[in-house]
Amino acid sequence: MASKYTKRDNGRGFNETRPIEAKAGVIKKADGSAWFRIGKTTAFAAVYGPREMHPKHAQDPKTGVLRCNYNMMPFSTEDRVRPGPSRRSKEISMVSTKAILPVVNLVDFPNAAVDVFIELTETDAGSRCAGICAASIALADAGITMRDMIAAVSCGVVDHQAVVDLDGPEEHMHDIDVADIPIAMVPSTEEITLLQMDGKVSKEELLKAIENVKPVLKQIAEVQRKALKDRYK
Amino acid sequence: MNQDLKNHINESLKKGVRLDGRKKEEYRNIEIKVGVIATAEGSALVKCGDTEVIAGVKMTVGEPYPDSQDQGTMMVGSELLPLSNPNFESGPPSIDSIEVARVIDRGIREGKAIDTKKLCIRKGELVWTVMIDVLPINHDGNLIDVGGMAALAALKNTKMVEIENDKIVAGKRTEESLPVNSMPIPITVLKIGDNLIVDPTEEEEEVLDARLTVSVLEDDTLCALQKGGDASLTTKDINEMIDLAIKKSHEIRDKIKEAL
Repeated sequence: MASKYTKRDNGRGFNETRPIEAKAGVIKKADGSAWFRIGKTTAFAAVYGPREMHPKHAQDPKTGVLRCNYNMMPFSTEDRVRPGPSRRSKEISMVSTKAILPVVNLVDFPNAAVDVFIELTETDAGSRCAGICAASIALADAGITMRDMIAAVSCGVVDHQAVVDLDGPEEHMHDIDVADIPIAMVPSTEEITLLQMDGKVSKEELLKAIENVKPVLKQIAEVQRKALKDRYK
Repeated sequence: MNQDLKNHINESLKKGVRLDGRKKEEYRNIEIKVGVIATAEGSALVKCGDTEVIAGVKMTVGEPYPDSQDQGTMMVGSELLPLSNPNFESGPPSIDSIEVARVIDRGIREGKAIDTKKLCIRKGELVWTVMIDVLPINHDGNLIDVGGMAALAALKNTKMVEIENDKIVAGKRTEESLPVNSMPIPITVLKIGDNLIVDPTEEEEEVLDARLTVSVLEDDTLCALQKGGDASLTTKDINEMIDLAIKKSHEIRDKIKEAL
């Protein structure tokens, strides 16, 4: 079907992300840490652990437990965000944990917790994906056993046109149908570990968008790996 | 508390040596960057040794307080993010984070740094509210001083926002700067044994006997004080601590001016 969205307002190609930068080992007190920026959306992640799990009832005698905590700083959006957890941040914390869990191996740390704190200093859409990318680098930086990176980016369908990495203005277009699809993947096996969607798409369009974003996610994983290697240069 | 660490720090200080090789009255290397957050009206990132703090200012409009109907309002918020240190936990604000926010707030408020009279839109009805959030990225001691520097640098960097029908237009900043009249600098002096030091690391804070935070204005007048720690202070201690704070405040203020 022909799309009305023939050109992106931000001048990017349909499969082109905003500029991406990543750095590992940015928080000295943490066991592992990272900074990840896609366009203006900026995430810090710090890993603490494996360490003793509190509360005790959350301990698992079979394995260590991964806990991601997503938070936006009050000044990270145009309207100030009230400090403290919200329903939104709790849900994102949960899906971020589940996005990363399939690649980490914590069986050697029974009863322990691995805490990942994700803080967004500045946002312009795509913040949960930036958070997951930062968290994944930070976990590797902390020396947690992982079978691969997790790369994440939001893709979208704008009036039947598959688009990668929606920015704020694109996400909020009113006169055109926009579906926002945050997605995370294990790059080597193409397993999808996060999939959410806001908006309306057909099944075919969704599958096409997913196929479309896979090479982009592999490129992001390269940026993540480079950040880790650069730390030891 | 780790008694061995305390003895070690104490013994070293007697010889005038600190764990990281600094002199007692020496700050760590300070880096200040302003305008680091595009979504904030004003912002600053301050690194002091390994301590790293971001401050961001957001402007909104609201009702004035009944006792100051022709003045804008301000508030400093802070959270000891669990991201920044293994000892910080998630949850409702701890008493330590409340103290950090309130001591920074008091210096800015009582030092009349923000010209709140100029932030009145319609007396008794509508005024500007300045929200300053101070958040650590990495905590290695001295959050009040570093946070105070970041807050002040962010205020100096703040641009006003357009208003339309008594509501702010999100993201529309004007050329006009926030009216900032003075530069109060909070300086915390620690007493460990018989020694006075400034700019403590996390280890030094752990073993402190007492501390005094002094907010100092350009003309060396004091605009806020906060004593902390379990030990008491003599008048002589207080005298020396204030002298040291005044001396250091000039150094820090110059650093901020340089960055602006």
